[in-house]
Amino acid sequence: MSVGVLSPPPVQARGLWLSQTIAMSKRSVIAIVRQPALVVPSLIFPLFFAALGTSSFGRAVRLPNFPKVDNFLDFSLAGTIVQGVLFGSVTGGAALATDIEMGFFDRLLSTPTSRVSILIGRLAGAALFGGFQAIVFVLVLLPFGVSIKAGVAGFVVIVLCGALTGIAIGGFTAAIALKTGSSEAVQGSFPLLFIGLFFSSAFFPRQTMQGAYRVIANINPVSHLVEGVRGLVTDGLTARHVAAALLVPLAIGAVSISLAMRTLYSRLAAR
Amino acid sequence: MSTISASASGPPPASPSQALGGAVLRSSRGLALRGLRSIRRLPSAFFPALAMPIFQTVAFSGTFFAITKIPGFPTDRSVNWYLPLACCMGSGFAGVGLGFSTVRDIESGFFDRLRMAPSPRISLIVGPLLTAWVRVMIVITTALIVGFAFGARLTDGLIGLVTLYVAGLGVATVAAGWGLGLAYRFGDMRAAALMQLTLFNAIFLTNAQAPLNVMTGWLHSVARINPFTNILRLGREGWLGDVTWQSTWGGLIAIGGLSALTLTFAYRGLAKLSK
Repeated sequence: MSVGVLSPPPVQARGLWLSQTIAMSKRSVIAIVRQPALVVPSLIFPLFFAALGTSSFGRAVRLPNFPKVDNFLDFSLAGTIVQGVLFGSVTGGAALATDIEMGFFDRLLSTPTSRVSILIGRLAGAALFGGFQAIVFVLVLLPFGVSIKAGVAGFVVIVLCGALTGIAIGGFTAAIALKTGSSEAVQGSFPLLFIGLFFSSAFFPRQTMQGAYRVIANINPVSHLVEGVRGLVTDGLTARHVAAALLVPLAIGAVSISLAMRTLYSRLAAR
Repeated sequence: MSTISASASGPPPASPSQALGGAVLRSSRGLALRGLRSIRRLPSAFFPALAMPIFQTVAFSGTFFAITKIPGFPTDRSVNWYLPLACCMGSGFAGVGLGFSTVRDIESGFFDRLRMAPSPRISLIVGPLLTAWVRVMIVITTALIVGFAFGARLTDGLIGLVTLYVAGLGVATVAAGWGLGLAYRFGDMRAAALMQLTLFNAIFLTNAQAPLNVMTGWLHSVARINPFTNILRLGREGWLGDVTWQSTWGGLIAIGGLSALTLTFAYRGLAKLSK
């Protein structure tokens, strides 16, 4: 009997794993819906920065070496999306750390829940929220003059990119949460993410930077991610832009999820 | 007997107002020293106020380096434009940081003990304010060292440093009054988000990122009437050209007016808390 419970047939196990992952994803989404105050800043702040940037740097689009764009808002949409998803991912990681602090994580471990589904469920929640943020940013900025040259297909790719970026960054914040078990430590990682964002082409083009700033922006994967989305907005639907918008967050996600899994197994082994 | 004769031959007793002034000074100094000791005891609370202006100076002046090429931009050094902004921003956060520590004191019950102490209530505002000013000197001096290393240069001699420190101290006074007022009214960490958000918005809805003549759209209208624009102008004048009375007086009036408003807000909040 006990053997039957511990070693169910593979197909049944896969179904169970999937239903547990869906349940954990639902839980992380419901947590966002129930506590809007935690996530509203990740929607408001990027929009505020976009509005400020458009007014402050509106004339910068005529600078030499500035990429050809209709207006600065078109240019800044990509940075706004990535910035918002970064903010939101910290909240997801902090929620996982809160689960550990409050003992909910230990209670989950005392049930026959798949350990991986705890992590994947949290990342799926981050992905859904990342996609949602991308939709909100585009819809809010459309009436102010944003136009996506890549059309509806481009919009879909942008939303997918938001979701993948949510997973990619969520992987890092989940790893910090699992390593430290402290929501304060996860919140403390925010400046690091912000530095990563600032030393990229999220707010201003690489072509106008000089010296060390340009070198850092060139090797920063965030630059390539942002420029993929930006290309869809300002140039149109090309394979290069789609690849950058989807493959860069996938690559970052592969690293961050591996890191999070390793941290999860280390935590489980230490119990 | 000797005690009586010593008292009789000593200085005449201080008038009530002198005694009150002395008590305010003594208690304020004690509270200020306590606030400064907290930098060593709880560096994580002060670190963001110190690190932020450094990061802002380095990141903004590098990322937005090219905006100095926009026709009409008042300097060809982006660091000269962003260093004073970073100093004012850091000073503001050093000021509202006092609000955070006051919230901690209220939550831990220590503030009740302070209120019950036989010292003038006003020292509960003056003490943190003195702490904020010392913190600002540390923040601005550190940011200046980094700024000079990254190529910032004064355009009218050392007077530019004076106007920058005055602007920073002014922003810190305004922010400390605002932070303390909110801390007394809310009494918990809900106030922290409000303190930071309002300060952030107040400073960024100015000519923080680009000069008024370069701006377009709605921000130009908002920045023109935002008094923090005058304070930033005061802080920047020694880095963009000559220090003139024309660029100075608006900032001084803005500091005076906003400080009076926020410190009154804090005092009334303290009075409400004591009822």
